[in-house]
Amino acid sequence: MEASPHEHEPENEREPIPAWSLPADAVDRIRLRHKWPERVTREWAWGEAGGAGVSVCILDSGVEGAHPLVGEVEGAVVVSLGDDDQTIVEDDHEGDLCGHGTACAGIVRAIAPKCDLHSVRVLGAGYTGSGPVLLAGLRWAIEQGFDLINMSLSTTKQQFAGLLHELADSAYFKRTVLVASAHNMPVESYPWRFSSVISVGSHEETDPLTFFYNPEPPVEFFARGVGVDVAWMGGGQLRVTGNSFATPHMTAICALVLGAHPELTPFQLKNVLYLTATNVGGDV
Amino acid sequence: MNEDRLRAAVSAGVLSSDESYRALLQSIVDVARAIFAAKASSITLLDEDADELVFEAVAGEGADTLVGRRLPSSTGIMGWTLTTRQPLVIEDVAQDPRHSRDTAEKTGYVPKGLMSVPLLYEERALGVLQVLDRQAPFSLAEMELLGMFGNQAAIGLDLLQRARRAKAVLDEGEADVAAVAGLAAQLDELEDDRRAAGLALLQALRDVLRK
Repeated sequence: MEASPHEHEPENEREPIPAWSLPADAVDRIRLRHKWPERVTREWAWGEAGGAGVSVCILDSGVEGAHPLVGEVEGAVVVSLGDDDQTIVEDDHEGDLCGHGTACAGIVRAIAPKCDLHSVRVLGAGYTGSGPVLLAGLRWAIEQGFDLINMSLSTTKQQFAGLLHELADSAYFKRTVLVASAHNMPVESYPWRFSSVISVGSHEETDPLTFFYNPEPPVEFFARGVGVDVAWMGGGQLRVTGNSFATPHMTAICALVLGAHPELTPFQLKNVLYLTATNVGGDV
Repeated sequence: MNEDRLRAAVSAGVLSSDESYRALLQSIVDVARAIFAAKASSITLLDEDADELVFEAVAGEGADTLVGRRLPSSTGIMGWTLTTRQPLVIEDVAQDPRHSRDTAEKTGYVPKGLMSVPLLYEERALGVLQVLDRQAPFSLAEMELLGMFGNQAAIGLDLLQRARRAKAVLDEGEADVAAVAGLAAQLDELEDDRRAAGLALLQALRDVLRK
């Protein structure tokens, strides 16, 4: 399967600008080609695109593609590790092994109906290998160049923290945005604590487009995560609660913004999210 | 003889380990069930060798039948909770026919709703705490409460695992460790006078052996 490639490349191949300096003759080259409005509103930020052209990867338990609330899934793979720890990526015909991935996909579809959904399943092969498989799946997803990767999961293993951090940073520089569930328990877990990802906790309100910027990190945003009606296995529906369901709400809002403004870098996207958050400027 | 192993083995002998920690876990699920006014609550422990979750303590529905029962470690809601380290709450599980059938086959009981929280201790995921079929609608404050229970249960599970590892050292058949642990256990049960006499005798034995 192939993800749709980014469409952020400059119009002409140009000499790269050295990362550590900006020569005078290069100033014109980094001039932004898209004009920002004087005031960033939700109307401008989300536009009418419905997330069209944005590829969203659900890194989770799989997605039940035939579910009416999920619609078409562009690609579904399962990640495992071979005898020599090499990453194996195969087409996934199992669907969903828990229901959770389907729930996340349905939430994204409801808010950003025109986005392209992809499923990368990193669960199901037992607990023991789940950390390395999560890393391998994330690395693969970043290599595909998805615009957004929804990560309603975390690891507490210190040995993976460094590698996850490198992956999160490389995604950030490649314009792949990781949206990750925060933890409400007294443990260190990753990748949501890294500043290169968008971390999400839950609020108790019922509007799916209400989201708050948190001025007290590490959790950056709060989105709807309590009493959410979601798609579940077997064509069913459930009412659920948890940060892992707030995360796809934020992913979908990102898809709306990138659908309307595909040129945005993750840094700029975070700025737009900040300016349109319910407690900043989003309710006016 | 490795001193740490000796200490662990003796501790196991003195504390009659397994039962004490199981009683602690049982008390945690009993309290969780009462506080959330739920029909049942359970703690499952990850068996890393078998890569399965094992029911260690159950209150309410299933208390008589579920302890010792095993489930896959990375599928289903319990498996998802363990592997992703994320808590979640589901209302009306009965709407999910596949889950209901699977659960009924494995546990003999189909809950309508559940709260599922990973039991995390330091950087390890030890198991899962679940609360089934609670009465009132759910709030975020209760998620915090559940997290605190999870923390307590994780400490209990960690103690249980340590005790079992210590017991395994004894069971490896090292006669000298078993003999010392047995002595420690017997000594612990004696009245004050006889205990003091026993300790004095042991001290004398140490002095003889040291020479």
